[in-house]
Amino acid sequence: MTTVLVFLDHAGASLAKSERELLSLGATLGDVVVALAGEAEQAYLDGIGSYGVGEVYRPDSAEASDVLVAGKAVFLTEAVRASGAEILLLGNSYEMKEIAARVGVRLESGVITDVVALAGDLTATKADFAGSYSVDCRVTTGIAVLTIKPNSVEATEAGLPSPPREVRIPVEVPEAVARITGRTDKPVSGRPELAEARVIVAGGRGVDGNFGPLEDLADALGGAVGASRAATDAGWIEHSAQIGQTGKTVSPQLYISAGISGAIQQKAGMQTSKVIVAINKDADSPVFEIADFGIVGDLFTVLPQATEEIRKRGL
Amino acid sequence: MDEAPANGLHIAVLVKHVPDAQFDRHISGDDLTTVRSESILSELDEYALEAALQLVETHGGPASGHRITAITMGPAGAVAAVKKSLQIGADDGVHLTDEALGGSDASATSKALAALLRHVGPFDLILTGMASTDGETSLVPAQLAERLALPQVTFAASLDLTPGDDGWKLAARRDNDTFAETIEAPLPALVSVTDQINDPRYPNFKGIMAAKKKQIQVLSLTDIGLEPAEVGLEGSWTRVEAAAPRPPRTQGVLITDEGDAGIRLVDFLAGQKLL
Repeated sequence: MTTVLVFLDHAGASLAKSERELLSLGATLGDVVVALAGEAEQAYLDGIGSYGVGEVYRPDSAEASDVLVAGKAVFLTEAVRASGAEILLLGNSYEMKEIAARVGVRLESGVITDVVALAGDLTATKADFAGSYSVDCRVTTGIAVLTIKPNSVEATEAGLPSPPREVRIPVEVPEAVARITGRTDKPVSGRPELAEARVIVAGGRGVDGNFGPLEDLADALGGAVGASRAATDAGWIEHSAQIGQTGKTVSPQLYISAGISGAIQQKAGMQTSKVIVAINKDADSPVFEIADFGIVGDLFTVLPQATEEIRKRGL
Repeated sequence: MDEAPANGLHIAVLVKHVPDAQFDRHISGDDLTTVRSESILSELDEYALEAALQLVETHGGPASGHRITAITMGPAGAVAAVKKSLQIGADDGVHLTDEALGGSDASATSKALAALLRHVGPFDLILTGMASTDGETSLVPAQLAERLALPQVTFAASLDLTPGDDGWKLAARRDNDTFAETIEAPLPALVSVTDQINDPRYPNFKGIMAAKKKQIQVLSLTDIGLEPAEVGLEGSWTRVEAAAPRPPRTQGVLITDEGDAGIRLVDFLAGQKLL
C-alpha cells in the first residue's frame, strides 16, 4: 500500500483543524506516517495516534528548527527517504510552501501548492490567478509533494488516543544558512486563524480606525477579523490580518465585507468564499458585483444591529 | 558560488513581467500557459529593487563600487521589466530568453535561474519579491536558494547589512501570524522581501534618460550551458492538465438600509444556514 507522509509543525496542545484535515486526507490515499519538526506534548502525539498513525519521524536535534526553512527541508527529505513515502502532504502557509519547494529540489520531485481537491489518481485541483481559474495538475516526476489549503477536506472523527512509535532521524544542517536569532510572540486574540476560519468579518477604509463593531460581530459568529490593505496600511490593525493579492487568500463559508470598496486586489483574496455579504455606504462599490447579499448603508449601525439580533435569537 | 569581489557589493534583483492585475488574465494555448498581453513589472518586485537601491545608498553609494543587476527570463516582451528597473536605478540588466523556456514550472524556472545566476555572477546578494503576482506559487525563491546552496531569508520585512572582517552579514525581520522573528545570515545569500519593507520610488526623467545608456545582456540557454529538454514543459516536474475559468460570481440581493438592514442580514444568514 502507498505510504503517505504528513508533515506537521508548530505542535500545540492538540491537533489543529488543518492538521486533522491533512491526516484525514492522507488516510484516503494510503498508510499515513507523520514527520514532526518541533517539540510536542504527549497529548499531541496521542492525538496523531488517534488517526491511526503508527509512526512519527522526528529530528534528532533541535537545530533543524533554529535554521530558517532549510533545516526542516533537510529533515523532511530524510523522513521521506526513511519512510519510503510516495506522497508528501503539507499545510499551505508560506513557510510550508517553502519547505515543500526545497524538498522538491532535494528529491527531484514536483511540487503543487494551494491544492483544494485531490482525486484518487493524484490529479490536484487548485485555484489560480486569485481564484478566477480552476486548474488541474499532476506531478510527473518523483514523489507527489502537495500543500493543501485549509477547509478543502472534511476532517474525519478521530479514534482512541494512542502513542505512535517515534523514529529519530539524523539531520545534517547545511553550512551556509540563515539562523533564527530571536522570536517575539504577538498577543493572542482568541479568535480563529484567518486561513482556517469558517466566518470572516473584514473591514476597509470605511471602518475609519474603529474595528470594534467588526470584532463584536466576528465574536458573535465565532469568526476571525480581516482587513483590506487600506486598513492595514493605515495601521488600524495588524498587517497579518490583510486579505488580498499581497496578503492572504481566504475561502471561508461566510465572508462579511464592511467598508471595503472591493478593488480587484482585494477581490483576489476573497472571491472564492462560499457566501459573500457586503456593507458599504457607496451603492457603486465594486464589491456589490460579487456579493450574494449587499447592503447600502452605514456599517456602524448595520453591524451592531446584526450582532444584537444574533445574540437576541440566542444563536 | 565563488568568492565575491572585495571592491563592492554586487546585487542581483530578479524581476518578472506579469499580466497587469488590473486587466483580465487568462491561460490559453495547447500548453496551457499564461497570456501576457498587458504586462508590467511585477509590483512585488519593485520592493526588491528599492531594497537594493537603499542598501547601496546606505553603504556609500555607487562610488563605493556597488552594482545592481536586474535579471529576468522570458520571451522578448519580458525585457520590459528590466528596462523599467534600469530607469528606476539598476546599473545593468540580463535577459535570458529562449523558446524552450515556455511552460516551465517552478522547478524548471529555478533550474534556469540558478544556471543564469552562476553564469553572470558571482553575486553577494540575490533579491526577489515575495511572490510573483501571477502564478503565486512562491516556490521559486526557495528552490533557487536550495539549488545555489545559499542561505535563504524569505519574506523579510526589514533588511540591513553590516560589513565585517569575515565578510558582510545580513540581519532581517520576518513577521508571521502569531510571532515575529529576527534572522541573521552571512553573504552571499538569497533574500525575498515583502511589501512592508519600503515604499518603492518611481522612475524620474533623469533616470529614464540614463537608462538608455545602460547595457542589457541577452542570453540563450546554450550561453548558460543548459539543454532545451532540461527546462520548459519537458523539463518540468509537474504538468497542467486542464485549466478552466471559474464561473464568475453574480450579484445577489442588494438592499438599502431603512433601519432594519442588520435584522435582514441575520434573516439572510439564517436562510443560508450560516448561523
